[in-house]
Amino acid sequence: MRIPVSWLVQQLELTEDHRDIGANEIAEAFIRVGIEVESVDPLGPVTGPVVVGRVAQIEELTEFKKPIRYCTVEIGDSEDVDDTDDAEDGAPLTTQVVCGATNFVEGDLVIVALPGAVLPGDFVISERKTYGKVSRGMICAADELGLGDDHSGILVLPVDDEIAPGDDAIELLGLGDSVIELAPTPDRGYCLSMRGLARELACALDLGFADPAAIEVPAAEARAIAVTLPEDDACSRFAVRRVTGVDPTAPTPWFIRRTLMLAGVRSISLAVDITNFVMLELGQPMHAFDTSRVRGGLTVRRARAGEKLVTLDDVERKLDPDDVIISDDSGPISLAGVMGGASTEVRADSTDILLEAAVWDPASIARTVRRHKLPSEASRRYERVVDPALPPVALERAARLLRQYGEGSIQPGRTDEGTPQASAPVTMAMNLPDKVAGIGYARGVTAARLQQIGCRVEVGAAADGTPEVTAYPPSWRADLSQPADLVEEVLRLQGYETIPSKLPAAPAGRGLSPAQRRRRHVSRALAEQGHVEVLPFPFVAPSVWDAFGLAADDVRRRTVAVRNPLEADRDQLATTLLPGLLDTLARNVSRGARDVSLFHIGQVVLPRADAAAVPDVPVTGRPTEEQFAALAAALPAQPTHVAVVLAGNHQRTGWWGQGEPASWADAVQAARVVAEVAGVELTVSADVLAPWHPGRCARLSVGGFPVGHAGELHPNVVEALGLPKRTCAMELDLDLLPLRERKVVPVVSPYPPVLLDVALVVDDEVPAAELTETLRGGGGALLEGLNLFDVFSGTQVGEGKRSLAYSLRFRAPDRTLTVEEATTARDAAVAAATERHGATLRG
Amino acid sequence: MSGANDPYDPKEVAALTPDVLQAAVEKAREEFGSAADLDALASVKPAHLGDRSPLLQARREIGALPPKARAEAGKRVNEAQALVKAAYDERLARLKVERDERVLREEGVDVTLPWDKLPRGARHPITTLAERVGDVFTGMGYEIAEGPELEAEWFNFDALNFKKDHPARTMQDTFYVGAPDSGLVLRTHTSPVQIRSLVERELPVYVVCPGRTFRTDELDATHTPVFHQVEGLAVDKGLTMAHLKGTLDAFAKAMFGAEAHVRLRPSFFPFTEPSAELDVWFTAKKGGPGWVEWGGCGMVNPNVLRACGVDPEVYSGFAFGMGLERTLQFRDGIPDMRDMVEGDVRFTLPFGTEA
Repeated sequence: MRIPVSWLVQQLELTEDHRDIGANEIAEAFIRVGIEVESVDPLGPVTGPVVVGRVAQIEELTEFKKPIRYCTVEIGDSEDVDDTDDAEDGAPLTTQVVCGATNFVEGDLVIVALPGAVLPGDFVISERKTYGKVSRGMICAADELGLGDDHSGILVLPVDDEIAPGDDAIELLGLGDSVIELAPTPDRGYCLSMRGLARELACALDLGFADPAAIEVPAAEARAIAVTLPEDDACSRFAVRRVTGVDPTAPTPWFIRRTLMLAGVRSISLAVDITNFVMLELGQPMHAFDTSRVRGGLTVRRARAGEKLVTLDDVERKLDPDDVIISDDSGPISLAGVMGGASTEVRADSTDILLEAAVWDPASIARTVRRHKLPSEASRRYERVVDPALPPVALERAARLLRQYGEGSIQPGRTDEGTPQASAPVTMAMNLPDKVAGIGYARGVTAARLQQIGCRVEVGAAADGTPEVTAYPPSWRADLSQPADLVEEVLRLQGYETIPSKLPAAPAGRGLSPAQRRRRHVSRALAEQGHVEVLPFPFVAPSVWDAFGLAADDVRRRTVAVRNPLEADRDQLATTLLPGLLDTLARNVSRGARDVSLFHIGQVVLPRADAAAVPDVPVTGRPTEEQFAALAAALPAQPTHVAVVLAGNHQRTGWWGQGEPASWADAVQAARVVAEVAGVELTVSADVLAPWHPGRCARLSVGGFPVGHAGELHPNVVEALGLPKRTCAMELDLDLLPLRERKVVPVVSPYPPVLLDVALVVDDEVPAAELTETLRGGGGALLEGLNLFDVFSGTQVGEGKRSLAYSLRFRAPDRTLTVEEATTARDAAVAAATERHGATLRG
Repeated sequence: MSGANDPYDPKEVAALTPDVLQAAVEKAREEFGSAADLDALASVKPAHLGDRSPLLQARREIGALPPKARAEAGKRVNEAQALVKAAYDERLARLKVERDERVLREEGVDVTLPWDKLPRGARHPITTLAERVGDVFTGMGYEIAEGPELEAEWFNFDALNFKKDHPARTMQDTFYVGAPDSGLVLRTHTSPVQIRSLVERELPVYVVCPGRTFRTDELDATHTPVFHQVEGLAVDKGLTMAHLKGTLDAFAKAMFGAEAHVRLRPSFFPFTEPSAELDVWFTAKKGGPGWVEWGGCGMVNPNVLRACGVDPEVYSGFAFGMGLERTLQFRDGIPDMRDMVEGDVRFTLPFGTEA
């Protein structure tokens, strides 16, 4: 909230040390005790002759496109001003000013900056000719004086015995003041008021504090109006007071207007301004009804289905049965704690005012605000807990202001229903703050600090004799409910900076888990292979599944949706990493990149077909294993996937010649790299699966279990998504790869190898991977390795056939292998290929 | 030259005269010297060092000399022979050097030519930063804990002492997922992993939890709806706020250098009490060394320990957390957070593969 520094300081019992405390010191004090400071804004700066003026005469200049006024303004008696040459003593001194605003009439008090004055922004006022007249000064709007942001018109002061033309406006307006904007944390509802903030400041500076709520509240004589409260806990206190005979034309006094203006609250009418002022002052939101428009008594209740209410902002709201409302005989007249109704609002002719101050259930208020998207100054305070002791005090304060400034008469009756619960006392070991902070505080610190924040404190001893302290929290500190809360108060007021820095004795760690190590290795290996890691968002549009060409029953279409997505059409949580990666690929290409190869390692969300509802699990103690199991069952599976997309050249074109276009093979190779790094054996086989090209799609399996796919994308997908031609992709489920803790260690033979080549002719349909595996098996233990060095198809090998040429490397672990032995092994490998795949040796 | 000798043939024996030998040496020297390359040298070699060279032929005449003259003539021939051989070797060495120089010169290339046929890729700096943080803490004995991004509200809020309908809960700008009563959210912080760690692990627990988190912020220069956090949690007997500060100081120094340290400011988080905002003294700050807002921290709220079945009378703990995007942004002076999320390879490539 925005609050003038002068208003805070006024409540402090300043000592010599703090007599000249500045706004920045105050800001630092707030930060030290945990009240966040958003900004410190000095008013002004304004220097030179700026005075109060009374508008004596207005001459409308009509020959211009916009209304222009030529005003004669009295700026005090001649004796107030140095330059007395042209005026008799005691006669009003006047000046003429051209003004473009129209929100004032003759007789109004305004602020005039005279020649020589300097306004914010180094705006120097001087005599000048404008609109055919000589203007000797400027009539100012509030923002031109550095007094808030209001530029709706010039600033018109209320006519007041204490304000006279010629008065120094810099002092009157308090332009030497600063406004400090504070953002208290949501646990400190009491800090959304001058009262609470001044108290915090007093604690931070260890100064005395005068509680503005410490005013005498006379005993009520009868009730002001009949009020019925609900059975539930929606309203713990509801108080009403009536002030009659209020002058509806009475202006709001300057100190209230100034406070509201600087807080950013619009001035509306005396009655409404007073309720807002008391809210800022004490933290108690209030409402003013026009008594004459209220029909019968008031009832606080939940809304009924179908009920409607036109709120003060002239919006008709359909009420929810969970909304708490105030009704009279006509139906709902106020959305309790959030916004009043239009039918009973205070208007220009209202003289009979019913002031209301209540305490509402914070959770209920929060739900209503969310439902109606209607946050207000009142609801912000109610959501954060309002001091339940305040309603009668706030009513008294507001009623007295209405009497003083609106000439109203306070009716003796006061309705005060409900009995708010006092906070329970909290007992803790006296040295708990020391134990939590890791420091030894001076004796008495804990009790003193707790007293300082308003607790009643009892010092005693536990059964075992150790000193204890019991704190009875003050009414505004409902947040103090356990020893840790008291500890925080002691620590923050003593200052976090006094806590030493000490490294705890480290436990013996086990380092990264195997899965974590593997993920790092995979990531590093893919980067070394030329892929660039990106981190796309998981939000996808359902239309992407159509673009992917997924069948209606494809499991990847089974998504969960975000209820409040940032982009309405992208509300699904991705079941695959490819949509995000392809989006990113397209973005790079649209920015001029040609050769792009990206990877992403991340979680996907795979909802279960039989998703269970999330159970209601308590927080009072550790849930049971059954409850944990139920929580786990309600969450979709979220395995970690790794995916790669490629477009353009994988091997670049350069002065050395043409590059190699990224192909299905690079996509499959990326999977092989992942498998190699993971230490698992990857089996590649042909498959048909959207969004891949049906003839260029590889199924990736480990241990006979499919873990992913790779290949070139289907041309239709490429077109639908606007991707570069022949874009390729790979995705596999990293979590499905078994963790290999130990690798197979080979026996390294020191004996020379025998190298033999074979070229085998097989049908086109025989996959190279299978032929290779057959040779490997047939070659037996002596076949150390084999390398496919040529794949050839053409008329020489026959229609529908191709030749695959391998170089086989044979070696024995314990001796020099003879050519005869190697040849026998080779023949066995070829025989196996012949038997399984009908392979023939190419002659 | 003395004494008679029969038969005596002066013509033959003249080949051994000093003058003749000297002429042969001179001739050899001249022809070797004018051989332009190794081939030319090879072609003139036989004429001076071969079987039919004048000196070898002269040597064969020694026997014709009177015995007394033979020793002297032999010595003369040998000397001449040695001179020829030396001339040859010298020329050979010279020509070899010349040839080597020429060949190496001819084999020279422009070594400034590029050869990035398959340039390296890069890892995202957020990933490498998260790993670096993980390394700092595993070095301190911590383990790395992880959890799901789509989370049950119980883990994301309830167990963390976020009361239902409390502003602290609504302030988190949560993405709600599934049916209205699903109880599922995209985790708004990595703190649910703290709960999972406390529930699943044996005490004491020392973990850091890096991960992706979500809030309904529109993407702009300083906000992104999808971002990354790293949180730490230590629950043990006798842990104090001084330990929290010491741990954060050590962490700050590991990340930002020996002069870095932290400052705590009182604040509020439902899951810690006392709570603090965390600033770090950052020497490389734009405009000079200064405090930079880095994250939040505090002592684990006893309510959180209870919800996880940990007795707060016996155990205490601290927790801290910070945004990785923000850390990267101030560490590397990245003006626009969108660069970190859009996946433009021009942004990521310079980061290479390690933080």
